[in-house]
Amino acid sequence: MSALLSTHALKAWYGDFQALFGIDFEIRAQEIVAIIGANGAGKSTFLKAITGVLPVAPGNVVFKGRPIGGRKAHRVVAEGIAMVPEGRRLFPSLSVEENLCMGAYAKRPGPWSLEKVYGLFPVLKEKRKVPGTALSGGQQQMVAIGRALMSNPELLICDEISLGLAPTVIKEIYAALERITRDGLTAIIVEQDVLTAERVSQRLYCFQEGRVSLQGNSRDLTHEQISHAYFGV
Amino acid sequence: MTIWIDAIIQGVLVGGLYALFAMGLSLMFGIMRLVNVAHGDLVILMSFIGLMVVEGLGLQPFAAMAVVVPIALCMGYALQRGVLNHTISKDPLRSLIVTFGISIVIQNLLLAFHSADTRAIHSAGLESQSLPIAENLAVGVLPVIMFATAVMLTAGLQWLFGSTRIGRAFRATSDDDGAAALMGINNAHIYALATAIAIGILGVAGVFHGMRTTFAPTDGPALLIYAFQAVIIGGMGSFWGTLAGGVLLGIAQAIGARIDPGWGVLAGHLMFVAVLLFKPNGFFPKTR
Ligand SMILES: Nc1ncnc2c1ncn2[C@@H]1O[C@H](COP(=O)(O)OP(=O)(O)OP(=O)(O)O)[C@@H](O)[C@H]1O
Ligand SMILES: [Mg+2]
Repeated sequence: MSALLSTHALKAWYGDFQALFGIDFEIRAQEIVAIIGANGAGKSTFLKAITGVLPVAPGNVVFKGRPIGGRKAHRVVAEGIAMVPEGRRLFPSLSVEENLCMGAYAKRPGPWSLEKVYGLFPVLKEKRKVPGTALSGGQQQMVAIGRALMSNPELLICDEISLGLAPTVIKEIYAALERITRDGLTAIIVEQDVLTAERVSQRLYCFQEGRVSLQGNSRDLTHEQISHAYFGV
Repeated sequence: MTIWIDAIIQGVLVGGLYALFAMGLSLMFGIMRLVNVAHGDLVILMSFIGLMVVEGLGLQPFAAMAVVVPIALCMGYALQRGVLNHTISKDPLRSLIVTFGISIVIQNLLLAFHSADTRAIHSAGLESQSLPIAENLAVGVLPVIMFATAVMLTAGLQWLFGSTRIGRAFRATSDDDGAAALMGINNAHIYALATAIAIGILGVAGVFHGMRTTFAPTDGPALLIYAFQAVIIGGMGSFWGTLAGGVLLGIAQAIGARIDPGWGVLAGHLMFVAVLLFKPNGFFPKTR
């Protein structure tokens, strides 16, 4: 079966500083792939390169058989890739409901609606009139995920959704994510916590200094392999 | 006593026109953090375009607005997409310098095509008609129309921003343009729409200004100051704040002018300074 999204020798720069050195990556439809790696390994940069936030060469990123590298971010959403960005980045002057509606801005048809997001995260319905940034961290993360879902993506990308949250809240959020992906949504999950990453994903990539240092089935990788790939020698 | 009531009423009504000058300035700054130094010159440009439409096509001034406003909307869109979008950056100096340049270009083009003479848009006597509202107290028909227009446009903008899909996109882009792009918003287009609205309002304001008083190619910077003052007095919170700022400025000027005919503008400046000293965020600052 062919990949839903793949990258080929993907390189990315911030000005003169090269952050990615040729990443080969693929994810098949309905798969959950986790990316782990130390701070500064290039995980967020990789996601920015896929979603058009950073410019890359066209053939570097292929989605559904078509090269989409270098396409502007606002056009990538319309292709069906949605991102839950690092740090959530809710719109402070918009209410919870308005934040969710922003996710539907690209008007992609599909199953997601406000009602369905409220079904997934009932607490958001009670708080729908409140400014998004007035919620607790976990609730804000729910808004960020719901907002991404509202674009009816084929590929959902989550950048460190557990960062700064209490363990029980993290559990709750991943439980919701499992419900979503069980329905067939494909997802890339960037996660600092290796155990969580292994548990929720079928396959796993480890990044180190802008390169893939390890990849494989999440079940098969040993802790020695992972810690070696994570920290280097 | 009536002369003070009269001054306040005239001030309120003129304040509507100042608010029309100020709305676009506040809108562009609010969404893009862009200070448009050419804003006053664009008012005058619209007055001249209005004059040409009135004289060239033989239209009544209000019918001329129906021509001027679409021109203004298109100019605003093109100006943003073609020029100003390239100046938006963390450094506000770039857009300041570029809009300052545009201000000089507009003034000189107008001087070249229309000479330095003062002009006026004639409206078949409307500018001198008035409605009596009490003994010894009358209001001009034109100022009432201008004020009513300002109130309607303020309500319209507030509705657009608060309750529509495009208004949500304006606010989202203003909050975080990067996150907005991830939602599918083309920031370049949203910015251009914002400027189209800002300059489109000047289509109305410019024609009103030309009907109310005479104008000349180099009058723009003085109008820019009124617009700035209205925005700052009102506070950056809402369009209603900008309307209130325009009205307060109008009242200060009208009262000053009654004390001494030369003191009108000065009284406006004094009140502006007082607001900066005692209420630096204006009367209706953003609450969150
Ligand atoms: N906007 C930027 N400008 C310049 N360099 C950047 C920028 N963002 C990230 N970098 C650099 O690029 C490299 C990769 O950063 P990236 O944010 O992708 O790491 P990460 O794996 O997501 O780390 P973290 O776990 O801390 O989020 C780092 O060396 C970082 O300093
Ligand atoms: Mg990161």
